[in-house]
Amino acid sequence: MTQRKNLAVLAVLALALSACGGTTKSSTEGQDTAAPATTAGKADPNAPLKEGLKIAYLPKQLNNPYTDVEVGGGKVAVGELKGEYKLVGPNDASASSQVSYINTLIQQQQNVIVVAANDPNAVCPSLNQARKAGIKVVTFDSDAAKTCRDAFINQATTQGIGESLVKMASELAGGSGEIAILSATPNATNQNSWIQVMKTELAKPENAKLKLVKIAYGNDDDQKSFTEAQGLLQSYPNLKVIVSPTTVGIAAASRYVSASSYKGKVAITGLGLPNQMRKFVKDGTVKKFALWNPADIGYLAAYAGAALSSGQITGAQGEKFKAGKLGEYTIGADGEIVLGPPTEFTAANIDQFNF
Amino acid sequence: MSAELTATRAARFANWNVAIIAITVVVLIVAAATVDNFGTSQNFGFLVLDVLPIAIIALPMTLVIVTGEIDLSVASTLGLSSAVMGYLWNANQPIETIIPLCLLLGAVLGAVNGFFVTVLGLPSLAVTIGTLALYRGLAFVVLGDSAVADFPPAYTNWVTGTIGSSPIPNVLIIIVVLAVVFGVVLHATPIGRAVFAVGASEQAARFAGVRPGRLKFWLYVASGLVSGLAGVLWTLRYSSARADNGAGLELAVVAAVLLGGVSIFGGKGALPGVIAGVVLLGSLQNALRLSDVSNEALNVVTGVLLIASVLGPNLANRLRRT
Repeated sequence: MTQRKNLAVLAVLALALSACGGTTKSSTEGQDTAAPATTAGKADPNAPLKEGLKIAYLPKQLNNPYTDVEVGGGKVAVGELKGEYKLVGPNDASASSQVSYINTLIQQQQNVIVVAANDPNAVCPSLNQARKAGIKVVTFDSDAAKTCRDAFINQATTQGIGESLVKMASELAGGSGEIAILSATPNATNQNSWIQVMKTELAKPENAKLKLVKIAYGNDDDQKSFTEAQGLLQSYPNLKVIVSPTTVGIAAASRYVSASSYKGKVAITGLGLPNQMRKFVKDGTVKKFALWNPADIGYLAAYAGAALSSGQITGAQGEKFKAGKLGEYTIGADGEIVLGPPTEFTAANIDQFNF
Repeated sequence: MSAELTATRAARFANWNVAIIAITVVVLIVAAATVDNFGTSQNFGFLVLDVLPIAIIALPMTLVIVTGEIDLSVASTLGLSSAVMGYLWNANQPIETIIPLCLLLGAVLGAVNGFFVTVLGLPSLAVTIGTLALYRGLAFVVLGDSAVADFPPAYTNWVTGTIGSSPIPNVLIIIVVLAVVFGVVLHATPIGRAVFAVGASEQAARFAGVRPGRLKFWLYVASGLVSGLAGVLWTLRYSSARADNGAGLELAVVAAVLLGGVSIFGGKGALPGVIAGVVLLGSLQNALRLSDVSNEALNVVTGVLLIASVLGPNLANRLRRT
């Protein structure tokens, strides 16, 4: 019976503790939970770019084709900067697996860490440790909490992507008709924010004749997306355009349409990889789709890191720096650097891109 | 069991314990001498934090495996504890209540395992594979895909911090205290002798007055409790409560325990070897990463090490018999 008594004591203890209050979420709100930003110092726009900088890339996980293109662009830039390129990363995209890699990079005294955070907060304490050690931290793809990085390379603004998707859909539909969206998962943050912008755009008078009939979810699974595309076309015989803002969805939908009687009648557009979409563009299934150039993301991140490390910029809003072939960039609010509007791919230009 | 056989067995396992500790010490010395930045106090702190969950969960796991059972649900218990911690924190409960509740939750989850294994007499491998999936599933029910951050800095800083201005991480205290508790229980109390007896022969132990069911039940409770604690520490270390925290950790724990010389068939093992096993795995990974060895090579090294650790004692045994 002592066992039961023990449990009872524990439960009573817990209740007693809760009764006398303590540290709660609301009582800690407003407290600075992260280490203070490193003393920024003053930016010197004329400082020369340092050579021999050690720039390390830590993507969400290794061996992902999209990531490979991104860090490939970074490798090119680090070469141009005459720096030392390094790529490390976990094989799984779990929240905490990146932390030991950051710790290792601190020990190796890298100058810049370019990281796509699997969890915005889990990496924070170690990124701040890195910054205390004088390492500049640039995030790309997935930002870490603002308090623990110097700059964030955003591939495009949510607004820009949403607008571009509606613009393409409208052009393909000839300004009026039924459109449908084939997204990834119902809770994918980036997908949902783009869809939100699309809805706002569709509500505007100039798009009044476009009707969004359905948002389907293919879960970023090829087979599921294929079936969902098929379902959309069967349920909505007047459908003119399927917009798929995910590389898996757009490829699956194109594969279905290209082999079906809908080919030429229903347009597919969205966000896709040129190498995956090339054959559908060539066979006429897809007239246009868009994406940012992932290689440019990695490329821009290296130049931003080098500019930070050389003291040209500190990450404050309004500072400018040159990013090699991409030209000049200005840092936006919260240290955000936007790569630019997405690139539209058509039969005319698709052969210029290899990723 | 003849006295002679007991003596050779004792000798063999004493040997493996000595061997694994010696290997660990050698690896530490070689790494400190050859790997840049391995021997720094900062790296020592990182190393301790990296092995923390494996180190503490390996302690009750050792006792469970010595009785001839296994608990594969530990990482899922960690994840559920973390998810509940995040949920309660979001619900504006005080952290001083949340932490004991998460420990209690861990103990209850362990008791569920214990109930299935001892009362219903189901094989622990099957039961804990089941609860591995169940507890992880519940964690996602509680918190979904979201992450909860912003835990109080006083707590997160304590977990990642060091004692005063020394380079000794605070969490080392937890590891040492738990290691001493489990070490004493296993090697210096009647409970420990019962653990070995049950692992060697449950029938014989029963005749000797041990109640194997009750013993195992409480070992599962201990395993759950420590896993719950690991969930709390994990959450505070990363300032991030997530349902997928610690996924896959159960294999690392079992690996460390086996590397430490505990027999998967039960009845044999010692805690110092297990602690050496944890340190060896952790420091090898750390040193190889600092040397820029790829993930794939790192996995291969760990795998080879584990196979060797299981083969080693067996081969030695066979050679001795022939």
